[in-house]
Amino acid sequence: MSSVQSFSGLWAYWLLIALMMVGLYIVIARDNLIKKVMGLNIFQAAAILFYVTMAKVTGGTAPIVPHDPAHPGGHGGHEIVYSNPLPHVLMLTAIVVGVATTALALALAVRIHGEYGTSEEDEAVAYDMEHG
Amino acid sequence: MIEKILVLEVVLPLLAAPVCVLVRHPRFCRFFSLGIVAICFWIAVALLFEVRGGGVVSYQLGGWQPPLGIEYRVSTVNAYLLALVTAMALVVLSFDSRGGPPRVPEQRRHLYYAVFLLCIAGLLGIAITGDAFNIFVFLEISSLASYILVSLGGHRRAVMSAFYYLVMGTIGGVFFMLGVGLLYQETGTLNLRDIAARLEPSLDDRGTVLALALLVVGISIKLAVFPLHHWLPNAYSFAPPKVSAFLAATATKVSFYLLAMVLFTIFGAPFVFGELRLQAVLLPLSILAMFLASGAAIFQTDLRRLLAYSSVAQVGYMTLGLSTANATGLAGGLVHLFNHAVMKGGLFLVVACLLYRVGSVHIDALAGIGRRMPLTAAALVIGGLSLIGVPGTVGFVSKWYLVSGVLERGWTAAAVLILLSSLLALVYVGKVVEAVYFRKPAEIQPIDQVREAPLGMLAPAWVLAAAAVFFGLTTNWTYGVAREAAELLLAGGI
Repeated sequence: MSSVQSFSGLWAYWLLIALMMVGLYIVIARDNLIKKVMGLNIFQAAAILFYVTMAKVTGGTAPIVPHDPAHPGGHGGHEIVYSNPLPHVLMLTAIVVGVATTALALALAVRIHGEYGTSEEDEAVAYDMEHG
Repeated sequence: MIEKILVLEVVLPLLAAPVCVLVRHPRFCRFFSLGIVAICFWIAVALLFEVRGGGVVSYQLGGWQPPLGIEYRVSTVNAYLLALVTAMALVVLSFDSRGGPPRVPEQRRHLYYAVFLLCIAGLLGIAITGDAFNIFVFLEISSLASYILVSLGGHRRAVMSAFYYLVMGTIGGVFFMLGVGLLYQETGTLNLRDIAARLEPSLDDRGTVLALALLVVGISIKLAVFPLHHWLPNAYSFAPPKVSAFLAATATKVSFYLLAMVLFTIFGAPFVFGELRLQAVLLPLSILAMFLASGAAIFQTDLRRLLAYSSVAQVGYMTLGLSTANATGLAGGLVHLFNHAVMKGGLFLVVACLLYRVGSVHIDALAGIGRRMPLTAAALVIGGLSLIGVPGTVGFVSKWYLVSGVLERGWTAAAVLILLSSLLALVYVGKVVEAVYFRKPAEIQPIDQVREAPLGMLAPAWVLAAAAVFFGLTTNWTYGVAREAAELLLAGGI
């Protein structure tokens, strides 16, 4: 497989790795705590997309068994290809975890603002340097 | 019988947390959570007796057969962890901190116990479950709870430390989730034993190697392996003292189990330590942790910070045991989980006593405190001696087996370095003991009014100090179980 082919075949992975690095970069490079939380969200979203990508089966449809009155419980004669539902279910849980993390991070940011009077990390660090 | 009550180990604290939120009575919540943890401890001990000698207890949630359903599966390794976590939770919760954490008003204190119970439920869940994604969920439950607990510390910087901990912990959690995702892609299953059976790790398979890398880095953040330890010193030194004691004694221990389980059970020692040669990374990092973190501890002027840096160094000993990948060394690492929990938990409880009576744990403020608080200071000395690894304490037991394991592997230099790093521990412990017993009290901070800590604080601290000596002299139980767990892990089982 040539490199162009492998790039185009794996474009979803390239996209989500790029997204992940954007998130990680924001977490590391930004001093604003709210932006850090947003970066963390993007980072988590990339991981969630990874699971969603892997659930896709080529030509697959939504994993709901169609109701066929003639053949109760059957496929109506032909095979149906379903996408894998399990990763989606897992990601529902992961999204809940992500929401909880975001909520807690924002609550902490509010308290940091209350304690330091700023939401900027560098200013808070400078304040700590000064006041111990 | 026992497999029916196995699931209660996680369900009880998980359900007790909302009960605390609803009842809103701090005294009730305190004794209620203590009672729940006592039941969990009893279950854990019963499980440990049940599975000793190679037994396994399994529970299928909702009656779904594994590998499709989630399975709770307890062997010696898990039972050891469960007993450790519940025992430490029991001792720390019985510590009477006289008014709870400083930033929590009386009418909100029930929430503190609710979060504590959630943290315990998460840690027990990680240790008990046999499902990879379930581990991620419990990992995040315990982590979220511990961020909250850390943020309740009295100092302004506690909140900032909790934020750092959250950012680092979440990155670690996402790495873990990605690793599990890749494993699912490779094997099509989430059941740990099923993954282990289906996975055929090889260096040519990039997906597997990437999964291993993501899992190891993710867990290493939570475990505070040397270059990823940055969150730990702040989190432990600004958290409420009781929380520091609990987290130091349990959270990193459970992460260590997770790392060992991933390396030995899922990927298998022949691949990780034979083909991939992970020890080439893990061993230098462990040794760096032992020296640099101990070195940093020497220069700390705050006792809590000193102990926190020492914790990073102690994680180095544990991962050193892991990287030997032989039964003696791994058992040394596993027995150090218990031993370090006992001594560091005890030391942080001593810190809580000192904070309550003296108001500060700055080394200068502790000058001459040994005369005013003899029992607290004595517990401090026992814990300190154990950190150094003096014979007759638990620290010696761990180091003995670690050094034996390292020598068995033929790494003479590493064995010498373990002994040399003990000298650094001698320096930082000596610094504290010198201040507490031999230095004159600072004039600006008179300690004439300082009295011995109350019994409700002293007793738990002394239980752990006594355990540090008792299990230093009797190693049959601790090392016996650890050895069995190590052999089980090396054979690829859990």
